[in-house]
Amino acid sequence: MKQFIFLCVFIVSGLSLSAQSAEEVVQQVKAKLDKVNDYQATARMKTNVVFIKAPVATVNVYFKKPNKLRIRNEKGISFIPKGSVNVNLGNIFTNTGAYDIIDVGKENGLRIIKLLPRDENADVVLATLYVDEKTMLVKKSKTTTKENGTYELEMTYGKYAAYGLADKVIFTFNTKEYKLPKGITLDYDNGSSKEAEENKLKNKKGKVELTYTNYELNKGVPDSVFQ
Amino acid sequence: MWKLLKIELYKIFKRPRTYIAFGAIAAIVFLIQIALKFDGKAYVDLLMNNLKDSFEFSEVFKEDLLNGYLICFVILNTLLIQMPLLVALIAGDSIAGEANMGTLRLSLTKPISRVEYMLTKFAASVIYTIALLIWMAILALFGSMLIFGTNDIVILRSEGVEQIQSFDVMWRYVAAFGYAAVALTTIAALAFLLSVFAENSIGPIIATMSIVIVCTILSEMNIPIYDRTIKPWLFTSHMVAWKGFFYVKATEEGVTIDGSVENLSAIFRSLMILVGYTVLFVTSAIWVFKKKDILS
Repeated sequence: MKQFIFLCVFIVSGLSLSAQSAEEVVQQVKAKLDKVNDYQATARMKTNVVFIKAPVATVNVYFKKPNKLRIRNEKGISFIPKGSVNVNLGNIFTNTGAYDIIDVGKENGLRIIKLLPRDENADVVLATLYVDEKTMLVKKSKTTTKENGTYELEMTYGKYAAYGLADKVIFTFNTKEYKLPKGITLDYDNGSSKEAEENKLKNKKGKVELTYTNYELNKGVPDSVFQ
Repeated sequence: MWKLLKIELYKIFKRPRTYIAFGAIAAIVFLIQIALKFDGKAYVDLLMNNLKDSFEFSEVFKEDLLNGYLICFVILNTLLIQMPLLVALIAGDSIAGEANMGTLRLSLTKPISRVEYMLTKFAASVIYTIALLIWMAILALFGSMLIFGTNDIVILRSEGVEQIQSFDVMWRYVAAFGYAAVALTTIAALAFLLSVFAENSIGPIIATMSIVIVCTILSEMNIPIYDRTIKPWLFTSHMVAWKGFFYVKATEEGVTIDGSVENLSAIFRSLMILVGYTVLFVTSAIWVFKKKDILS
């Protein structure tokens, strides 16, 4: 009988653990992110956009609460996608109270939570988080905005997981069609363009891959960096 | 022949009008540099208009983008269209000018063959062309580097954007200026050929410019029937091949490969076509001149 009661308690407690509400999961993720007030990180940035050929760059990423983020290439030029502030989840987790949190279920072992803003004028229309409940880390997110379409984040964590900071972030964003008249560019036709190139230029998604090499946490970042 | 070349060079560089071209280049280069120094960010906004919906362009980005390498590219893009006129000023004058002054017959009384005479005249025109390009390189490249500093160069093509790291740029400019020397030599050869037929230098200069303008318009027009037939063989289609040194190869993920050129064989082909035209023009000029009855 004792064994039966013990088993029941174990199952119930197990169920209660796995059945954390979406709000609780969001709060636990937020608690991790809240440990970071600001950071300066060094990262390798790879830009993958169909109409851009760019080298891999070493960039500095600056973040400051609540949602200031700046990516700067101190030694060269880097094309920074619009909405890059979403590279950090702080933008969503700053004020989770402003969202209705909806539990959608699980997929591939990840808890799917949707956040709907209560403010009709908010730029974010919908955010979907894919949370690993074991580590309480957001592995993937999709944020749909009014102004700039949908952003996707895929994150891989390492030694800064305790702070909810990823070692590698793949940021996917919408790109608009690119075309300049040949009369302006006066291109040299070296025979490498034509149809294959034209197909590439239509609206597609661009990717920026940030591989962080180090973070400096909570040491203060001046506001001038973000101007 | 060397003595004759020295005499020809002396004649070219003694004339004040030779320096009009050097002055014109200096004026255009300085005007572009001043304009971009004070209003460059507006120019960047215009350039990046197509990308502003997808990317953020901070003030720092604009300052970095407007570096000496980009400014030189902009100047070359603008000036290499006007340069044929400056080259034609001297090459078109080389034979016709002598005829106009009545010194051609006198010159040919010297104990040199007509072929030697023509080759020397053409060599002098080529040296002048190279001097003009070196002057342009000093002002446009080194001058811009001094004023604007250096950084990665971003090249805007009609179908995409290419970014080259700063350490990978200088050799491309050396190659581009080398190529431009060949391209302008072709123009010099054309003006030289036309110079043989005229008794005054205005005719060959205007004729050269007219041919260059018509061919450039045909080269830039996107009409399929011309694309397949005429364009590949127009020398003006190949004069812009210097830009090919700034078109880089990239990995499948769009990462540029340092030190690479997208289509080197196409540049080589263009180079050979220009050399072919130059040989054709010069050979024709010599052939016509050899048969010509010199009366002036």
